[in-house]
Amino acid sequence: MEEMLIIAGFGGQGVQLIGKMLVEAGMEEGKEVSFLPSYGAEMRGGTSNCNVIISDEPVCSPIVNEATCVMALNRPSLDKFEGAVIPGKTLLINSSLVDRKAERTDIEAIYVPANDIANELGNSKVANMVMLGAYIEVAHAVTVDTVMDNLKLMFGERKAHLLPINRQAIERGMECVREHRK
Amino acid sequence: MAKVLMKGNEAIAEAAILAGCRFFFGYPITPQNQIPEYMSKRMPKVGGCFLQAESEVSAINMVYGASGAGARVMTSSSSPGISLKQEGISYAVGAELPLVVVNMVRGGPGLGSIQPAQSDYFQATRGGGHGDYRLLVFAPANVQEAVDLMGQAFDLADKYRNPVMILGDGMLGQIMEPVNMPEARAEALPAKPWAAGQPGRTERAIINSLYIDPNDCEQHNEKLAAKYKVMEENEVRVENIDVEGADVILVAYGTMARICMRAAKEAREKLGLKVGIVRPITVWPYPYKAVHDAANQDSVKEVVSIEMSCGQMVDDVRIAVAGCKPVSFYGRAGGVVPTVKEILNYLTGIKEGK
Repeated sequence: MEEMLIIAGFGGQGVQLIGKMLVEAGMEEGKEVSFLPSYGAEMRGGTSNCNVIISDEPVCSPIVNEATCVMALNRPSLDKFEGAVIPGKTLLINSSLVDRKAERTDIEAIYVPANDIANELGNSKVANMVMLGAYIEVAHAVTVDTVMDNLKLMFGERKAHLLPINRQAIERGMECVREHRK
Repeated sequence: MAKVLMKGNEAIAEAAILAGCRFFFGYPITPQNQIPEYMSKRMPKVGGCFLQAESEVSAINMVYGASGAGARVMTSSSSPGISLKQEGISYAVGAELPLVVVNMVRGGPGLGSIQPAQSDYFQATRGGGHGDYRLLVFAPANVQEAVDLMGQAFDLADKYRNPVMILGDGMLGQIMEPVNMPEARAEALPAKPWAAGQPGRTERAIINSLYIDPNDCEQHNEKLAAKYKVMEENEVRVENIDVEGADVILVAYGTMARICMRAAKEAREKLGLKVGIVRPITVWPYPYKAVHDAANQDSVKEVVSIEMSCGQMVDDVRIAVAGCKPVSFYGRAGGVVPTVKEILNYLTGIKEGK
């Protein structure tokens, strides 16, 4: 197994957090991982992306130019990274914010209305967790349980009340992929 | 201890503290800002001192002062900031002061870009400031190696009474990887009877790099040169990857070497080309012998230096190969990182004899 991801969106959408949650979970499940954030002029509202590798073998290059999965959380990210998906691999599109379909036909494009689902659940901030859930279902590179355990640690007692909605968000993301693949 | 996920910059800062570093002076610059940021949080908790100076020039001179007083001390910066520190580094070498400098290289010249580069190779390996001197320069390829080398950097700086540089790049600073942090240093730091203000000292300690009589200055230079000779004999570090029987040898250091490792793997699978890699871990002293021995095998057609620059280390590769095989160069500059595909294309060219 060698998962090479590009996760991209607006700054503030939680793109970096999706990447960190994935590598953290991967590491705990005994995989080799690396997380390389874009850095520099990133700010809220600007563009932000990261490269994530989860693999059975030690990571050589941490840079992802050809991805087994691209997560595009906004339109500029789709325009920039659609071409990076390896033929036959997966493109996850946040269809709440992206107003076009995938142009390529040689890849699996899955539409996940992440912001709509998050709003339905009552907290727009969990849109990134919907995308994270979708990815978990796409690749099964990490398990929901490990991700939830890490969220629990991250939130502590003060924010423990946010755990159920995050779990729901992840599960709704997974459902989108299952629906698509049915 | 279990592995923890850490950013390169933060892991390097923590490794320095675990190695007993208690003084940090610096000035912010991307892409190494997490080092001072981390130090500003951690140093007060371990009884150390973090100070953001008003400029790189003052920061390096604070380092000079702390080292002269016997402290285990470091600074970090990125390319333009390291250029500003060169005067202080040269003075520290002249005064034989141990200190550690981290350079998370970015694109140059001038303000350049903030993306990863290896264009400070000449500056790092040829001294950098004025005068006849060298730094011991480590070029880690991943966060774990950076952490492991950090402790050694301080020890070797003390051993040789010479500054040691950790030469990284923006990628190494920003990447997050699982890392095993070492235990905190338990043994006492080495005694520095030469330093100012040491307990029991009766005479004044003179921390100085001025030798006004040229004969004295020459003698001092000869002493330094002798020290560098010992370093050349004892401190060269290098990793050979699939070098034996290779068709082509790539020479690459730091994160660039990791990209080459992937390219080498794909070259074997897709091109049927046996690609070996010589990865210098110290870029000064340079592993001339390892590069020469790799190149000198009958199987080897060509040696390629792959860099995030317009071609700097390739000079050392040519010195090492000494004409026994053709040497060529591939690189991208200014903060652009060569891709696996580009390296494969280059290797395809070699295979087809272009």
